[in-house]
Amino acid sequence: MTKEQALITYATRMGDNAIVMAQRLSEWVGHGPELEEEMAMANFALDYVGQARMFFSYAGELDGNGRNEDEICFLRDGWDYGNVLLLEQPNGDFGETIARLVLFETFYSLQLEALASSPARKLAEIAACAIRESTYHIRHASHWLIRLGDGTDESHRRVQHAIDRLWTYTGELFEADQVDRIMQAEWEGPDLTALREQWHRQIDALLSKATLQKPADGWMDSGGKQGHHSEHLGYILAEMQSLQRTYPGANW
Amino acid sequence: MYTQGLDQKQKKSAADPADTPGRLAAFQARIDADEKIEPKDWMPSGYRKTLIRQMSQHAHSEIVGMLPEGNWITRAPTLRRKAILLAKVQDEAGHGLYIYGATETLGVSRDNLVADLLSGKAKYSSIFNYPTISWADIGTIGWLVDGAAIMNQIPLCRCSYGPYARAMVRVCKEESFHQRQGYEIMLELCRGTDEQKRMAQGALDRWWWPSLMMFGPSDKTSEHSAQSMAWKIKRISNDELRQKFVDVTVPQAEYLGLKMPDEDLVFDQKTGHYRFGEIDWEEFWEVLKGNGKCNRERLEARNSAHDKGRWVREAASAYAEKQAARDAA
Repeated sequence: MTKEQALITYATRMGDNAIVMAQRLSEWVGHGPELEEEMAMANFALDYVGQARMFFSYAGELDGNGRNEDEICFLRDGWDYGNVLLLEQPNGDFGETIARLVLFETFYSLQLEALASSPARKLAEIAACAIRESTYHIRHASHWLIRLGDGTDESHRRVQHAIDRLWTYTGELFEADQVDRIMQAEWEGPDLTALREQWHRQIDALLSKATLQKPADGWMDSGGKQGHHSEHLGYILAEMQSLQRTYPGANW
Repeated sequence: MYTQGLDQKQKKSAADPADTPGRLAAFQARIDADEKIEPKDWMPSGYRKTLIRQMSQHAHSEIVGMLPEGNWITRAPTLRRKAILLAKVQDEAGHGLYIYGATETLGVSRDNLVADLLSGKAKYSSIFNYPTISWADIGTIGWLVDGAAIMNQIPLCRCSYGPYARAMVRVCKEESFHQRQGYEIMLELCRGTDEQKRMAQGALDRWWWPSLMMFGPSDKTSEHSAQSMAWKIKRISNDELRQKFVDVTVPQAEYLGLKMPDEDLVFDQKTGHYRFGEIDWEEFWEVLKGNGKCNRERLEARNSAHDKGRWVREAASAYAEKQAARDAA
């Protein structure tokens, strides 16, 4: 794999993470526990759609075969999607959605920070732009994690369960494959081992504030980045891509 | 938007003893002088009640209106359309919050207003009890429903109650963006494939008449209009607004190459207005009574969100109390 190919795959994976997260967060619109939270979820989803567009357009430009953001998003099947498994899991209750946001965003903001100084200039620009949004998402989600963890017995139990359930998907975030290794060596991409330590430190501090127990690192599920997904992704794509698939070539 | 609430039957309550003839006359003089009424000013109890009913119905409509549009966020056909729709639905939530806030200046709480929505006691605009079954429905909602809303809301920017008038100025700006994006969706569909045109025509066929109903019953049968007009809560009658909407919208449909689902629609050279067919008022009253395609689903969705979110709200209060106790210690 050339360093250019690695960069294209990497940018596409970033876009895949963003759009899958956007789809999941969008499901909350009209169904949130408070109107303010529905707005927040819609707002975060909108941020992620914006990021997905930037990553996909960039991947398309690099690729040079003329694919635009929509073709990349709507005309690939699951095995070509490289989002991490954590993000395609169903929303669960509000606590589980918050727990996922915290676990992912803490990783994502560290990843973006590293990428912001990449010599791949456009990627660095997108990362710098996304960091601002990510910082706000983490603040919001972390406050909720603390409120739920240190709220009532029920909320504590629910959000602890969510963390326990999702933990098995966190290993993949730090599992470097060939693409990650080339990115690190050639494009100053993140060192996932170092990033893992930082992530653990931040998550430890937050869980402790939220009076939650950190789960033990048991068996970790993975494969999303390489296109080996859970059963959930297929439904996300079926829903998202339905119009593009039913009316091929139409403009919208 | 959503002034149907003005026209619903309301129980006659006993006259408030505080509403003395002198006070009422002084109040009317202020209204006649085009002064704005502010939250701390004295106002007749009927004026307050009418505003609470209309404003809360407006807020509820914004919130329930998120459901038919939210139905298409995950299926929007392009990323650009998805972003626009998300932003739009987020605006609706913002309008809801803003108008609930303005309603609270009349001495009611948002919690109580929402409870009335959830129990079915309070109404919201009947238009949202129709289903969104194709992507063209999202275009049509922007074009027709938001278009009708703007027609209704522009006069409300001059409403005598200050907080509502000011809220409407802000809301109208965003609604006009919503209307444009809806028309743009339609334009794209009508320039598209035969299937897309069919989708667009189908949506217009289903939404046209319900959009006309959004202006409320005909002036002949509307119950509250006279008093609301005198108080300058309502400034233009239902039928006048409806006519204005038809006059503006018919040429837009022609430009799209779509056919209005009304055999009686004809341009009257003498008056310069379009004459249109009879609205099915039976359908209108049935939907208001709860018998529309989606009435039950809409209320169930809001109730389910409320019930499933209870533990979250309880946790937030419990945490806030703990924090307050810690701060006090």
